[in-house]
Order: sequence, then structure tokens, then C-alpha cells
Amino acid sequence: MTDVSASAKPSRFSILANPTRFLELSGRLQPWLYGAALIAVAAGVFLGLTAPADYQQGSTVTIMFIHVPFAWLSMMIWTVMSVSALGTLVWRHPLADVAVKAAAPIGAVFTVLCLITGSIWGRPMWGTWWVWDARLTSVFVLFLMYLGLIALTRALEEPGKSAKSAAILVLVGFVNIPIIKFSVDWWNTLHQPASVMRMDGPAMPAAYLTPLLVSAAGFTLLFFALHLTAMRTEILRRRVAALSRLAARRAEG
Amino acid sequence: MQADYFAFVASAYGISAFAIAGLFAWVFFDARTQRRALKELEARGIRRRSEARTSRDAPEAAR
Repeated sequence: MTDVSASAKPSRFSILANPTRFLELSGRLQPWLYGAALIAVAAGVFLGLTAPADYQQGSTVTIMFIHVPFAWLSMMIWTVMSVSALGTLVWRHPLADVAVKAAAPIGAVFTVLCLITGSIWGRPMWGTWWVWDARLTSVFVLFLMYLGLIALTRALEEPGKSAKSAAILVLVGFVNIPIIKFSVDWWNTLHQPASVMRMDGPAMPAAYLTPLLVSAAGFTLLFFALHLTAMRTEILRRRVAALSRLAARRAEG
Repeated sequence: MQADYFAFVASAYGISAFAIAGLFAWVFFDARTQRRALKELEARGIRRRSEARTSRDAPEAAR
């Protein structure tokens, strides 16, 4: 692997596989990502809070502009981790495990926020904080899987040791993503079926759809910005660990 | 009608803002901790092999 880069011109894939190069590129990209995320989240939340009250749901409809993006993100982050897990198992990409480990806590936060905001929305609209129906239960299982993954990626002293087992857990857990998505169609649930990603187009007026999409784009950018920072930190953490071992060896010899 | 739901909407947005701010703080403090630790090691003269040499194509020792 190492002697290839010296002679042949490296491909784009292997340029990004070099953590030093990744630190350089991501450092330049980072401020733009945070800026764009901030603007989009602010615009989405502003448009959402000023949207007209729903004729049935009243002002609780504004919870949708954060609850739905959090729900999308909880599934998208697991999907991003699944692609990274393939990177670990198939291509042995050195950054793939870093990506999985960095994404897990961010995914867990957005998943628990999806559950909390959903619960707060459910109380006035459904008359209950929680029911053990298919959609809510499958998202709760997703949250538990995030917690399990966090524990697994941080259980071993040496960072990166758990790469393979974490990748397998992520790929096995991916089964849950289509279950969450289609739970509202397959089972009889209290949760409403999809109203944006439908075969016949979104069933929502533009006054709600626009803020929802802007807010979703904003939180997605926010995830990628935070993920990039967390990945950079994880690379540094592994360097610190390697150098500390080196220092310990020197002190002994 | 609107005022009835204010507490629900405000708590949903408030809890979310609080949690995301916490996530931000954790990500940035962790980044700062690792940057400082690396700097301290380098100040003690402990460097990665690839940085000791001048070549930029040196093999990575990041993992």
C-alpha cells in the first residue's frame, strides 16, 4: 500500500485515504459547512415558527420542522455509517472506521431528540406521550443500537481495535432502517404514514413544505460539519495514542 | 388556542437547542483536548516518523 503512492499518481480515493491530506482538505471545508448549516437552520426555524397554524393541529405543527429532520437524520446517519462500514470491511479504507466512530454519538443525539420532540408532539395531538407501536418502537431500537455502537467503539483501550466488530454491528443494524421507513405501511400504527417522500409527491402545502425542507437541509449540513470535526479529532486521538506508546517505549529503552 | 400549545412547542425547541448546544460543546472541547495533547507530545520531541523526514509521501502512521 505504501510503495504505490510513491510512483503512480494516486487516485482521488487514495488521496482521501491519507489522513494528513484529509486533515488539510477538511480544515478548509469546515468553516463553509458550519456557515451554510447555520444559515439554513436559522432560515428553516424562522420560516417554521412563522408558518400559519394548522387548522387541526394548531401551533403544534411547528414541532414538525425539527421532529421530521431529526427523524430523517437518525436514519441517514446510520446509512452513512453503513457505507463507511463497507469501507472498513471491503476496502480497508483507513478513514472508514474513524467515520463510524465519529458519527455514532451525533446520531444518538439526533435520534433521542427525534423521540423527545415526537413525544412532546404526541401528548397534545394523540393524547399520549408514548405508545409501543411499530414506528416508535423501531426508532427506539435504533437509539439503543446507537448506544451499543458507542459502547463498542469506545470499549477497547487502543483506538481502532474495534473497527471490524463495529462495522459488522452497523451492517447488521442497517436491517432496521427499512423497517423504520415502512413500519407505518406494514403495521397499524398511531404514527401517520409518510407525507413527503411519497410516490404521488408530497401531500403538504408549500407553507409547511418549504420550511421543512430548508430545516432538513440545514440539520443535514450541521451533521456533516460536526461529523467532519469529530473525524478530525478522532484522527488526532489516534496520533496521540500512537505517539504516547512511542514515548513510553523510548522511556523504557 | 395558540397559547394552549405554547409550552409544548417551546419545550420541544428548547430541549433540542440545549441538546445540540451540548453536542457542539462536546465536539469542540474534545477537539481542543486532542490538539493540545498532540502539541504537548511534539514539544517533548516526540514526532511521527513521517514528519521527522522531509518527504511528503512518507507512509502514514496515523492508525
